Amino acid sequence: MLITGWLKPISAFAKSNKAAFNANSLDKAIAAYFPGQEIQKSERITIGVYPVVENGAVVPIKINTDLPQVESMTIFVDKNPNPLIANFNLSPVCVGFISTRIKVQQDSNIIAMVKSNGVLFSTSTFIEVHEGGCA
Amino acid sequence: MSSTIRLKTKIRDDITTVRAIIRHPMETGFRIDNATNALVPAHYINEVTVAHNGNIIMSCDWSRAVSKNPYLSFMFKGAKTGDKLELRWRDNENNTDSITTRIT
Repeated sequence: MLITGWLKPISAFAKSNKAAFNANSLDKAIAAYFPGQEIQKSERITIGVYPVVENGAVVPIKINTDLPQVESMTIFVDKNPNPLIANFNLSPVCVGFISTRIKVQQDSNIIAMVKSNGVLFSTSTFIEVHEGGCA
Repeated sequence: MSSTIRLKTKIRDDITTVRAIIRHPMETGFRIDNATNALVPAHYINEVTVAHNGNIIMSCDWSRAVSKNPYLSFMFKGAKTGDKLELRWRDNENNTDSITTRIT
């Protein structure tokens, strides 16, 4: 039963969001990915990333949250050519955690958004990048 | 050809940690090939799904800005030793690969 409840929203979601992935500014990317949705700042999201990074091609990042019923976690980098980096859809069995490695072109704000119980929350952190990683 | 995916799991106190590394160039389309001086076309994974005993428990929508040879880790509850875990990816050229492992 989980699978039918889950597959439909995922594919519908993925198709409609080319515009968000191609957006060239943070505001446009957020508006395209989360149209018309209010976003609240939250201290219950943690971004685990080094504040100073030598090599922007490989930036390890962890997002943690203790917000309940996490449906998705989304990473944006405001100064990348396309600020929407990655979205993770989590089913109810998942813990509020993901870890990956991303490319960051220059000094940037990293923004993590968590959808919890249908509501969007965000937090951000600034990192310094010595050698850009978007080539 | 060997799999492009390495998938590892570990259960502790009902929480299964999943770690995966996928071999993929994740070309942004912005890189210039030093040998030919031409732009290397964009070639990147844009979709990853992970299924536990056939049910999708997490999925990813990725851009070209996920690093080369992507690393992914997440955690979930309710799995038992021996359960099936499958990871599947698809890239912008419609290549796919998948691997199924037993949770340990």
